[in-house]
Amino acid sequence: MSLAEWLPVVFLALMGTSMLVYVVLDGYDLGVGMLLPNADAAERDTMIASIGPFWDANETWLVLGVGILLIAFPRAHGMVLGALYLPVALMLVGLVLRGVAFDFRVKAQDRWKPLWNRAFFAGSLMAAAAQGWMLGRYVTGLQDGWVSTAFAAVIAVLLPAAYVLLGACWLVLKTEGALQRRAVGWARTAWPAVAVGMALISLATPLASETVRARWFAMPEFIALLPIPLVTVAALLGARATLEPRTAESRWCWVPFALVVLVFVLGAVGLAYSLFPYVVIDRLTIWEAASATEALVVIAVGCAITVPVIAGYTVFSYRVFRGKASPLDYA
Amino acid sequence: MDALLMARMQFAANITFHILFPSITIALGWSLLFFRLRWLKTRDIGWLAAYRFWTKVFALTFALGVVSGIVMSFQFGTNWPGFMERAGNVAGPLLGYEVLTAFFLEATFLGIMLFGHGRVGERAHLIATALVAFGTTMSAFWILALNSWMQTPDGVVLRDGQFFVTSWFDVVFNPSFPYRLVHVLLASGLTVAFLIAGVSAWQVLSKHENPSTRPALRFALTLGAVLMPVQIIAGDLHGLNTLEHQPAKVAAMEGIWKTERGAPLLLFALPDEAARENRFELGIPKGASLILKHDPDGEIRGLDEFEGRHPPVAPVFWAFRIMVGTGMAMLVASWVALWLLRRRGWSPAGLPRPVLWSLAAMAPSGWIATVAGWYVTEIGRQPYIVYGLLRVDEVAASVPPAHVAFTLALYVVLYTALLVAYVSVVKHMAEKPVDLSPRPAVRPTSAGVTT
Repeated sequence: MSLAEWLPVVFLALMGTSMLVYVVLDGYDLGVGMLLPNADAAERDTMIASIGPFWDANETWLVLGVGILLIAFPRAHGMVLGALYLPVALMLVGLVLRGVAFDFRVKAQDRWKPLWNRAFFAGSLMAAAAQGWMLGRYVTGLQDGWVSTAFAAVIAVLLPAAYVLLGACWLVLKTEGALQRRAVGWARTAWPAVAVGMALISLATPLASETVRARWFAMPEFIALLPIPLVTVAALLGARATLEPRTAESRWCWVPFALVVLVFVLGAVGLAYSLFPYVVIDRLTIWEAASATEALVVIAVGCAITVPVIAGYTVFSYRVFRGKASPLDYA
Repeated sequence: MDALLMARMQFAANITFHILFPSITIALGWSLLFFRLRWLKTRDIGWLAAYRFWTKVFALTFALGVVSGIVMSFQFGTNWPGFMERAGNVAGPLLGYEVLTAFFLEATFLGIMLFGHGRVGERAHLIATALVAFGTTMSAFWILALNSWMQTPDGVVLRDGQFFVTSWFDVVFNPSFPYRLVHVLLASGLTVAFLIAGVSAWQVLSKHENPSTRPALRFALTLGAVLMPVQIIAGDLHGLNTLEHQPAKVAAMEGIWKTERGAPLLLFALPDEAARENRFELGIPKGASLILKHDPDGEIRGLDEFEGRHPPVAPVFWAFRIMVGTGMAMLVASWVALWLLRRRGWSPAGLPRPVLWSLAAMAPSGWIATVAGWYVTEIGRQPYIVYGLLRVDEVAASVPPAHVAFTLALYVVLYTALLVAYVSVVKHMAEKPVDLSPRPAVRPTSAGVTT
């Protein structure tokens, strides 16, 4: 295989990984943001303390993912973001509100603090719903028409629910006492929506595209692929079963979060298998959309050096802030 | 209004809002490192107070820079898809390297810098602070490399309307890059100097002095007084570089419509685009020739040589005057205030009230000069997006104008609200006492759990 053939594959993998890492990492902190109105003032501070040191770096994965789309697949970037212009703008406004609320809610005059708490919640919800809408439009190939619009609307409700589940599981892991018990309850409430969402997306992609249908429901691929949906179902059920106070208070408090992350990872793997080698399903392949090979080589070299370093210091940062969340005070 | 103008306005609104915050964080990051080092060396509580207070400002400013930067990262593609299709081979890697070597670094270590004390040792905390400052500077390096390449493109060939890189060294270190990088980094230093001086002066005026006020004011005025003359020299060199590579921009900056020898330095004029001449000119004879050619009778090429391919004159002409005028005011203010402060034994309260009021009023002077300077260089590049090679109207998006107008309105409302909130919260924080309590060590609870 020549450089021009496999470099786009490498960048697709890197872009997909960045987006998945983004969805998981910013997913939990957007989820925590959406749960804020359910908590009292002290709990809110603890909840935000659990995501405070991480959110900024979490969001950077979105910049990397979209950056790779722009840099490596400029034609796809134009097609995707052109079609999703308004939801992208709404997501950005949501992310702006949420991001600045982190600081304003603790630094502003007391009379403005409730407003910034609401902005934190509203921004998190806006960003999550807009992302759900975009995911729905994307997996149905950016087609127009009421079926795909209705589908996008449903996902726009379900993705925030999935983030809430992730955020609640994060709180189970990072907090203790009454807040942790409430987080278990929040997670159990969000769980059914996530199960429905996974099922819907799994059904919609083969229905929307002949290519996807042929790819999943042919023999012997069907047998070989069976572990993906089966493990997903098992992980979902496992997460549900471990969402109870005894696990939460034990040293296994990380298990529900890990299982939900596994569900997200498997969902991404399934989606990647459905789409490959398309960047926009049935319309644009990665090779049609790719930049000049010379430019890709330059970025690939940079990625090969920096991405492991980034992964290294990201792990370091999570190690520094391991354990239960403690109050945030500047050094 | 047409879609192109709308896209330009939206981009201009975003980038104007965005640049306010990095222009603070770049130099404030290094200043915090300095404050921390002074505290560790002298154990003077004033330096700790300065570190604690300005860290709060840094965190807030950084958050605004990050979120507006994320909007920018989308708008490169949504507003100028043609730019990425044609210049993507150049712009892509430069933007990519900014994300990979700067964004992740500063975002990750910011968490440790802000909240890691007690969880990591003093040395690791200092390294985290230095890495955040380094990350902001790296970010400036890459984005200015790209911006400078758009001003003075080098190291590429055009094939079928697309740029291909022949030399990455020439792309990055293109003719205007060293000048622009130095000019922008100095501008950040000056922005921070006047912000700190202004806030400190306000603390004295509003009777909210705290232990940080004294060392911070002295630091800020010294920084301003030292950097301002350096900036004037750097700016002059940058101008000469522009004259060599973008003569049409300089002609617009100086309002010179016709090529002439012994061109005057205009202090005031109303450039008339239709008549292609100035009205109400007031100038110093031969001044422009003297500054630009270092010869009173030097010839300066006028706008008549660039008809149809020079920028709109009035905005460039006026933005340049605002930048230079603000710079001159900053020079006078920093020198006078520093001299007086020294004579009053470095006591902030000893400064005469008019001086304190002037400093407080000049807290945003760095912002004004920076934005005006960027308007000179960016509007001055028009009608090109890549100077001389690619016009802006060739690369605009085909998004419906109504969508652009809607989102433009959304951003303008949001940014105005955020700017008001930012200024009011910085003022509010400046009037609060600084928390000087020691930070206890934090031992992670529940052993065995690694996140």
